[in-house]
Amino acid sequence: MRSTATIRESRGDRLFLIGIYIFLSIVLIAIAYPLIFVVSSSFSSYQAVRAGQVWLWPVGLSLDGYRAVFDDPQVMTGYFNSAFYTFFGTLLSVTLTVMMAYPLSLKDFLGRRFFIWMLLFAMIFSGGLIPFYLVVKSLGMIDTRWALIVPGALGIFQVLLAKTFFQATIPTELYEAAQIDRCSDIGFLLRVVIPLSKPIIAVLVLLYAVGQWNSYFNALIFLNSESLYPLQLVLRSLLILGDQQGSAQVVSPEQLQRFEAMSTLLKYSLIVVASVPVLFLYPLAQRYFVKGVMLGSLKE
Amino acid sequence: MREGSEGRGMTGIGARGAREARVSFPSALKRILLRIRRHWQLYMVIAVPTAFLIIFNYIPMAGVQIAFRDYSPIGGIWHSPWIGMQEFQFFFQSPYFQPLIQNTLTLSLYALLVGTPATIILAVALNEVTNATFRRTVQMVTYAPYFISTVVLVGMMFIILSPSSGLISQIYGFFGAPAPNLLASPTAFPSLYVWSGIWQETGYGAVIYLAALANVNLDLYEAARVDGASRWQKILHIDLPAIKPTVIILTILAVGNLMGIGFEKAYLLQNPLNLSTSEIIPTYVYKNGLLDDNFSFAAAVGLFNSGVNFVLILIVNFVARRVSDTSLF
Repeated sequence: MRSTATIRESRGDRLFLIGIYIFLSIVLIAIAYPLIFVVSSSFSSYQAVRAGQVWLWPVGLSLDGYRAVFDDPQVMTGYFNSAFYTFFGTLLSVTLTVMMAYPLSLKDFLGRRFFIWMLLFAMIFSGGLIPFYLVVKSLGMIDTRWALIVPGALGIFQVLLAKTFFQATIPTELYEAAQIDRCSDIGFLLRVVIPLSKPIIAVLVLLYAVGQWNSYFNALIFLNSESLYPLQLVLRSLLILGDQQGSAQVVSPEQLQRFEAMSTLLKYSLIVVASVPVLFLYPLAQRYFVKGVMLGSLKE
Repeated sequence: MREGSEGRGMTGIGARGAREARVSFPSALKRILLRIRRHWQLYMVIAVPTAFLIIFNYIPMAGVQIAFRDYSPIGGIWHSPWIGMQEFQFFFQSPYFQPLIQNTLTLSLYALLVGTPATIILAVALNEVTNATFRRTVQMVTYAPYFISTVVLVGMMFIILSPSSGLISQIYGFFGAPAPNLLASPTAFPSLYVWSGIWQETGYGAVIYLAALANVNLDLYEAARVDGASRWQKILHIDLPAIKPTVIILTILAVGNLMGIGFEKAYLLQNPLNLSTSEIIPTYVYKNGLLDDNFSFAAAVGLFNSGVNFVLILIVNFVARRVSDTSLF
């Protein structure tokens, strides 16, 4: 008699699988819990937060924290600045990356090896922070918006990623046909390559935009004026360095307690507000990220 | 000629070289110029990003000479007086040298030794899951923290670990004990640093391995099942060999970058109380160079760091190529 179904799983295998499900459930809870805790706290009342009553769900539902966040001019300026840096930074970065990656994806591009070695060498060796800072300084970019957009615009990893994508997806025959039709190189890039490359452009936008929105280092070293600060630097002063400006005006102990509780509540709301824009990119991430990461094996 | 030899061995290049040697110099040059002229637009296109690469990567590389000069605002990088190795000697003899190296290596080795197995375990476990909804949920949740900024991550650690008002005080209070102040403890710092990284990056790292696992030929699993292999045996003999090249590449990158540990998180988690374990080379360079205007000394420390990193990555790459045929370049 032939067995029609699949070979039955042994008892050991079933136990093993149950173990895996339990293990992954623990991992899931461990990763999700801090996120849920912060979001729940941000929607709770400051009394509940101060008394430590929040464990899982919001207690004493309130939007006080969010009101405080949106009333803070510093936070709003930071928000606007970060949006500005992210938009123009990503635009410049993606443009430069495609401009570098496309010629390097053509096998008969003379000097291809030279450019690739230039990229690889820059990836594994750098001049370090001080010469980089001095070069940006000599260009007169210190304490200007340029400093956050221009110096870090070209990501080498992203160039190699895009180059691998172009090599794998743009058929050589298409290029040869375009050459016979006397289509110019730039025309081919604009009219054929870019329309065919939406997945990689999505990945590049994602990598650069998230990187730009989340980074604070270049702002820390290049900016002095608070009016230019991106959101992450504002967050740093509110979440980490502590907010001392208000406490001087507080008189009574009750007021002081209320102030402290409010500032804790504000921190929770601030974390949520600062992370929401990135969440909008999450669906894009779900669709294209795995593809992009898979292409990331740099080996030629 | 540089092009056209990809994928072929030495013989290909040699034969080509011999053929070209017979062509007289002017006509070879003419041919090159002709090819450049035919694709002049591509050179215009690549010139723009190349200018960025030169200005922001290669000019700073030439600018490391400031480590051998005595920086003055007037002389700048290129005209300050030479002082040779003085700043390097000063660094090697300073009491900070040994702790800095030790802290930097501790953090990166700790992160590598815990992070790599954790990522592999998560990916292999996820790969065993047959329920698509559960699998998607775990994946979505585990890689969400990757998109959180370092400032927000550290901010979350501050409010959760605050001994007076954080979640940790709630938990300790539940058992009637005072909460320890982990954020001010030098012994807790490496673990805080590494495990917050595990929380943030494991799910993202697993995506790469899952992609490699998805490419495994299904016939292998089928054959293993017919042979009566258990799930555990399939993991050992099919899954782990399938991700081995990826593990090697990522480990090369990580070991090559042992001294290149990031500035952002360590700097935010630093305070005067945990400085004995939290001061690493990048934070030291930043403070000495940009906060104290000690440009030449900080550049020397930075150059030492880049140099060690560069040698490390070459060594690891060489070893990997010898041992396993998998290498980065």
